[in-house]
Amino acid sequence: MRKVLLATCLSSAAALAVGSASANDELIKMSQNPKDWVMPAGDYANTRYSKLNQINAQNVGKLQVAWTFSTGVLRGHEGGPLIIGNMMYVHTPFPNKVYAIDLSQENKIVWKYEPKQDPNVIPVMCCDTVNRGLSYGDGKIILHQADTNLVALDAKTGQVAWSATNGNPAKGETGTSAALVVKDKVLVGISGGEFGVQCHVTAYDLKSGKQVWRAYSTGPDDQIKVDPAKTMSLGKPVGPDSSLKTWQGDQWKIGGGCTWGWLSYDPGLNLVYYGSGNPSTWNPKQRPGDNKWSMAIFARDADTGMAKWVYQMTPHDEWDYDGVNEMILSDQQINGQNRKLLTHFDRNGLAYTMDRESGELLVAEKYDPKVNWTSGVDMDKNSPTYGRPKVVAQFSTEHGGEDKNTKGICPAALGTKDQQPAAYSPETQLFYVPTNHVCMDYEPFKVSYTAGQPYVGATLSMYPPQGESHMGNFIAWDNKTGKIVWSNKEQFSVWSGALATAGGVVFYGTLEGYLKAVDAKSGKELYKFKTPSGIIGNVTTYENNGKQYVAVLSGVGGWAGIGLAAGLTDPTAGLGAVGGYAALSNYTALGGTLTVFSLPN
Amino acid sequence: MRKICSVIAVMMIFVASGGIAAADGPGDPTAVKKEDDGKWLDKDGTPTYKISADGTVDWFTYSGYRRYHSDCHVCHGPDGMGSTYAPALKDSVKSMSYGDFIGVIASGRKNISTAQENVMPAFGDNPNVACYMDDLYVYLRARSDEAWGRQRPAKKEDKTKDYTAAEDACMGKK
Repeated sequence: MRKVLLATCLSSAAALAVGSASANDELIKMSQNPKDWVMPAGDYANTRYSKLNQINAQNVGKLQVAWTFSTGVLRGHEGGPLIIGNMMYVHTPFPNKVYAIDLSQENKIVWKYEPKQDPNVIPVMCCDTVNRGLSYGDGKIILHQADTNLVALDAKTGQVAWSATNGNPAKGETGTSAALVVKDKVLVGISGGEFGVQCHVTAYDLKSGKQVWRAYSTGPDDQIKVDPAKTMSLGKPVGPDSSLKTWQGDQWKIGGGCTWGWLSYDPGLNLVYYGSGNPSTWNPKQRPGDNKWSMAIFARDADTGMAKWVYQMTPHDEWDYDGVNEMILSDQQINGQNRKLLTHFDRNGLAYTMDRESGELLVAEKYDPKVNWTSGVDMDKNSPTYGRPKVVAQFSTEHGGEDKNTKGICPAALGTKDQQPAAYSPETQLFYVPTNHVCMDYEPFKVSYTAGQPYVGATLSMYPPQGESHMGNFIAWDNKTGKIVWSNKEQFSVWSGALATAGGVVFYGTLEGYLKAVDAKSGKELYKFKTPSGIIGNVTTYENNGKQYVAVLSGVGGWAGIGLAAGLTDPTAGLGAVGGYAALSNYTALGGTLTVFSLPN
Repeated sequence: MRKICSVIAVMMIFVASGGIAAADGPGDPTAVKKEDDGKWLDKDGTPTYKISADGTVDWFTYSGYRRYHSDCHVCHGPDGMGSTYAPALKDSVKSMSYGDFIGVIASGRKNISTAQENVMPAFGDNPNVACYMDDLYVYLRARSDEAWGRQRPAKKEDKTKDYTAAEDACMGKK
């Protein structure tokens, strides 16, 4: 029966594609069916929330492993599978295999796709050959390969429907992010901030793979798709050359601002939201100016790519605080008023709550009390520095200058949170945020640019905040007040995407490899199970044959695997303290596995 | 740039004749001779570290620490300790000759099998790395012998005029 349903579903998708109507209506409908998980974050709003409640706070303690699946790949496994009807689609890091698994046929592999890619792309992928997952639309599974090829596969057969080349790995341009299908387009970003890439978000036609629009993060107005008079920033038009004016010479051409995070979409406003990454290089002295629009939140028209508003969180970055983390869209009341909100947990340690229609900044507060590089954002609308973070000179690497080691900056370059996405429950109106609790020393120095070569320009060492030994927290956050509601300590950074459910349970994974379930209201731990490897994947849930399942990819790696495998540097080691901080390699080893949980029959 | 290239060319011949399979370590690290640029050499003329009893490191160890934690640690982990992505260089240099080490940095290496795909890029035309290969070698040699631990060197010998001149020429500074 379920198989029949899927067939109907796919054929209706094909029918939709014939008319001028977009795949959007189909996708919105599918994303509202809690049995499926049809887009990377579960829905366009990036809430990672499921209405399924068979597994709840009372019974989650009885959870057990239902089945497992080895991906056959050793590298870091980010993202999570898609579930559409009877079918599950599992992706892997490089070489970017895709498995289509039929859940109604004892998880048989119906088809498998493995692209041929030049292995020379491997070393130009900063921080492991990760891939953050697949997307679906119009009967196609969309894969964003490491070599930047965007490939549409027939969901039924795995045959390539079309392929588009989004960038050039020889210049350090690579693909790690998940695409998002919006209306009749596939939107996708690009990686390469450590290689001096001029990054962009590009829209491809869902039917043909033809490029429709491309919007850069840095450059002239036509390239960054802003209207000097109509594109707003904090209530004012951005004016002409808003990016060019903030770079020396033509440094914007190698300016970074990469777009490797998650995309979200508001169908009502027809706006797409995402963040841009660090300006290249990591040496701030070498690139004077605000370096717009790196480190910014963009709201763009989904059809044209034109920016409706943009807000730069970290002007003239001095710490590698990429702004790529997800934008979570929620409709909530603030001071008795209904607001369309956007909440964003930035690498810089500040959580921003904005009006997603106007781009008005409502709340900007630290979501780890140890954040010290800023004393906060100027919230005075009449101030000339409105919306800018106030930088503490002691922790400014620009202030310290080249060849000077600035010590004790919190957070570290990993950010208080990296790409691992948070979840939002409309029931508790809380955000569940996986965080890093790590500080750093940062010494910038002069570097020269060579195409396709790393363009870093800073020496870093990382360690937990002084006097503490845990390197992560899993927190519940109130975006209206900007306050932590509860916080659970974790020995390592929490590098797994969270899942909130109507069962009052929140799930996340840990770097040692635990899948954990906690009470949404109190944070109390209700269940944990150690999967075969460390978890940097995102937790997913679905229903099949009347039963709710929870699935997560384990397979340690990513930046966490590079920074934490050997344990962090102990900044006081030279002063006689003993050893380094806990090494992840003492707890887990490589290997990709999907572990699926359910309640006993 | 021309200078780097010629250095690499010489090293490549060395590598070709030595062969990567030799798996010989660099031997006794004791510093016996200091060059004008501040580089210490062992009895075989191979660059080595010199760390005084009070913890003062030679300039190359310090510079290697800095360069390592910019361009190498993003794959090889902090302090040469390795990661889930790339091997621990503090161990690798134990079974490599100096020539092999320079050759791998300059030309990269590939280790691709059905089980794993490890690829290191060629840094020969990246001056941020190529101009500092001896610095990296000396730092990692000190790490491999545990002569230097997992911390930033606090005290160092001064950067010499000869070193600065060679660095500027290599980095293409006027």
